[in-house]
Amino acid sequence: MADPILEMRDITKAFHSVKALNNVNLTVQAGQIHAIVGENGAGKSTLMKVLSGVYPAGDYEGEIKFLGEPCRFRGIADSEHKGIIIIHQELALVPLLSITENIFLGNEQAKYGVIDWNTSFLKTQVLLKKVGLKESPNTLITNLGVGKQQLIEIAKALSKEVKLLILDEPTASLNETDSDALLDLLLELKRQGIACILISHKLNEISKVADAITVLRDGTTVASLDCAQESISEDKVIKHMVGREMADRYPKRTPNIGDTVFEVKNWQVHHDVHADRKVIKGVDLHVKRGEIVGIAGLMGAGRTELAMSVFGRTYGQGISGEVLLHGKVIDTSTVQKAINHGIAYVTEDRKGYGLVLDETIAWNTTLANLEAVSSHMVIDEGAEFKVAEDYRQKLNIRSPNVFARTINLSGGNQQKVVLSKWLFSNPEVLILDEPTRGIDVGAKYEIYTIIAQLANEGKCVIMISSEMPELLGMCDRICVLNEGAFVAEFAAADATQEKIMRSIVTSGVN
Amino acid sequence: MTTTNLETKNPTSGVSFLKNNLREYGLLISLVAIMVFFQMMTDGTLFQPLNLTNLILQNSYIIVMALGMLLVIVAGHIDLSVGSVCGFIGAVAAVLMVEYEMHFVPATLICLILGGAIGAAQGYWVAFYKIPSFIVTLAGMLVFKGLALAVLGGSSVGPFPADFQLLSTGFIPDPFSGENLRVLSLVVGILIALGLLISKVRDRADRIKHGMDNEPTAFFVLKNLVFVAMIAAFSYLLSSYKGLPNVLIVMLLLMFAYDFVTSKTTVGRRIYALGGNEKAARLSGIKTERLTFYTFINMGVLAALAGLIFAARLNTATPKAGLGFELDVIAACFIGGASASGGVGKVLGAVIGAFIMGVMNNGMSIMGIGIDWQQVIKGLVLLGAVCIDVYNKNKTN
Repeated sequence: MADPILEMRDITKAFHSVKALNNVNLTVQAGQIHAIVGENGAGKSTLMKVLSGVYPAGDYEGEIKFLGEPCRFRGIADSEHKGIIIIHQELALVPLLSITENIFLGNEQAKYGVIDWNTSFLKTQVLLKKVGLKESPNTLITNLGVGKQQLIEIAKALSKEVKLLILDEPTASLNETDSDALLDLLLELKRQGIACILISHKLNEISKVADAITVLRDGTTVASLDCAQESISEDKVIKHMVGREMADRYPKRTPNIGDTVFEVKNWQVHHDVHADRKVIKGVDLHVKRGEIVGIAGLMGAGRTELAMSVFGRTYGQGISGEVLLHGKVIDTSTVQKAINHGIAYVTEDRKGYGLVLDETIAWNTTLANLEAVSSHMVIDEGAEFKVAEDYRQKLNIRSPNVFARTINLSGGNQQKVVLSKWLFSNPEVLILDEPTRGIDVGAKYEIYTIIAQLANEGKCVIMISSEMPELLGMCDRICVLNEGAFVAEFAAADATQEKIMRSIVTSGVN
Repeated sequence: MTTTNLETKNPTSGVSFLKNNLREYGLLISLVAIMVFFQMMTDGTLFQPLNLTNLILQNSYIIVMALGMLLVIVAGHIDLSVGSVCGFIGAVAAVLMVEYEMHFVPATLICLILGGAIGAAQGYWVAFYKIPSFIVTLAGMLVFKGLALAVLGGSSVGPFPADFQLLSTGFIPDPFSGENLRVLSLVVGILIALGLLISKVRDRADRIKHGMDNEPTAFFVLKNLVFVAMIAAFSYLLSSYKGLPNVLIVMLLLMFAYDFVTSKTTVGRRIYALGGNEKAARLSGIKTERLTFYTFINMGVLAALAGLIFAARLNTATPKAGLGFELDVIAACFIGGASASGGVGKVLGAVIGAFIMGVMNNGMSIMGIGIDWQQVIKGLVLLGAVCIDVYNKNKTN
């Protein structure tokens, strides 16, 4: 075997007295795709920040060897110069600049400070071809979907003669088609000799592309697996990640389904900005007491748009159709009215739409139902504390107390706070939009347990998700949304990933 | 990695508590330090009863506006028009009372309502049309500066009726007619201090009852004793001159009301949510647009009140009244710890911020520092205060 392209040895990095990394070792072979997995907070991002020079040499202990030479990076510019390029989960593109401008941002094709647009344009065309993107180099980033933006980031990396590409959760916000395209591109880059470190929560993707897997837990390396020598099952990786055997990824539940409670009839929604575009084209949906209904579909199918338009018309215009609760038409035209009718919507993006991050757990918990902890508009802080503490214990939110600011919580715990907020509004119908996105395996299981318990209590749950296994594992019924209309519906027992995918793919043909 | 250190529950010892809350008290300590500094530099002039009274009168209108501005800033906006509105309302008041000889009560009411209408007119565009408040209120600043000129016809109008002047120049009555000490003023001051003390003790008892974390007892006792002693000493000093100014009473009432609204009520809570994360607030059922609209109406009413106080103090309405007030008001809020991106800031912080500016103005004037260098120093203090705030914030994260 050739020399490894990257060796990180005994890396230790402490914040104050807390060791985020403790003697971590990572060896990446040339021309391989190396996956790093671990629960949130296991130290993956910190390790990558050490590697890319965000934490400069001297800030950590240990040794980094790249291409056989010891390296001491003082900043990102240093590591990029060597050919180590990191693509963060939150993309670093400027929305109102074109593809060309973004790709050469900070690396402009210029002479004496005057940009040579022709060269830039031609080079961009070549790069776009490499990543398989058919867009004009003059297209603005804001007009591209997330999947394409991800490809632009890779094209940008390629423009800098990348030798080691690091991708942090690249497919977290991509649908399956885009994810597959991205993974294929990584395999193509591998053939061209570019090594790659892939951080991901999605084990099916990892087993598809990775040549080696390093598992981190609590800041230490717990396993280095070579996929060529041993066959690696997902269960084995999960076991390493959580440090325990996960018998079931989903909690057991005996559905106890009652009468129809919540109905949406002939729901039609037009696009927020382009009034002539119909986003939801006459959707009918019903949910029974104690039932979990899944909504599957690709990114852009209109799932979030459907949920938000029903929930206080927070998306779209020219909305028509009826929402019924217990057979009676209800008015959900404002969020307040929707909440009063017992509808709750747990948003997809918890940081952007779910939490006031600067504020405490208690503060966020009561936000949607302040009246319940106040009289004559005066908030009873004692009552608020009790409510929040109650939910903190019920949902197992890990923090010293309810006065911890939500910005300091991990993703899973933040999501639990958002759930607390909506549970406290005492809903009958819960719409959960991607409830486990970006959450580690252990916390996912906890969220699933909460969802199952809610259904058992007789609540109606609508679960929107891009992860099909999750829908299959949790739902009693799965509706497939494509281009703003339901194209198929499966009972849990009949549904498979293939069937769902086929219903999406074949519906486009007609 | 953050979860690991969150798990450990550390008992609140006196020292660690002080460390964690230094930011809260830091501001008050800076104010005291600045006052002591100028007390020494001015050979004891600063704390003379006459000067203290002046200090309050000089800053009352800034503090009144800072209360409204804090809400606007917390909601994530800014209002540049308050100075001009202040001047315009003063001009309208002068025309009504002096030229039309209207009684001061209806005239005051008309002015306050007009202020609210001005706030509504500006808030409408900000809240419902999403036009940046910077632009809307910059326009308002020009418009009302111009209107003030137009109303006054370019000249000063005055003097105001004597009853109206009392708003700024009057003191609370002294039925005991003490020669060297206004007894009623002293009693009122001490009652205020006791009232505060009782409410603090009850608050604390309530927190203990619910098992919430608390500051150490010794610290609580010490802090509140110092606090009560300061208020008592302050009212004694004022009582030995002419007593408590009327405007101080107005100011204190407003201060307590706004502090209560922002920290204890649902409306206050919602304004912080609106500024902290507008989308999350909207999806939690908060009527964000209407709330923004109301904060601007509130600002307009307070700017009008400040305009009246200022006019009563000068006893004339001049076309130049209110010039540059918005800068002092905004600076007071930011020195007081408000965040320009919204969601953060406290009423008492803004009040202390206004006093820091006021004490510096006053102290430097007594020391004979020219207006030129005063501006430079004030600018640097503003920058420094915000830098320290940002530094502390980064450190705790």
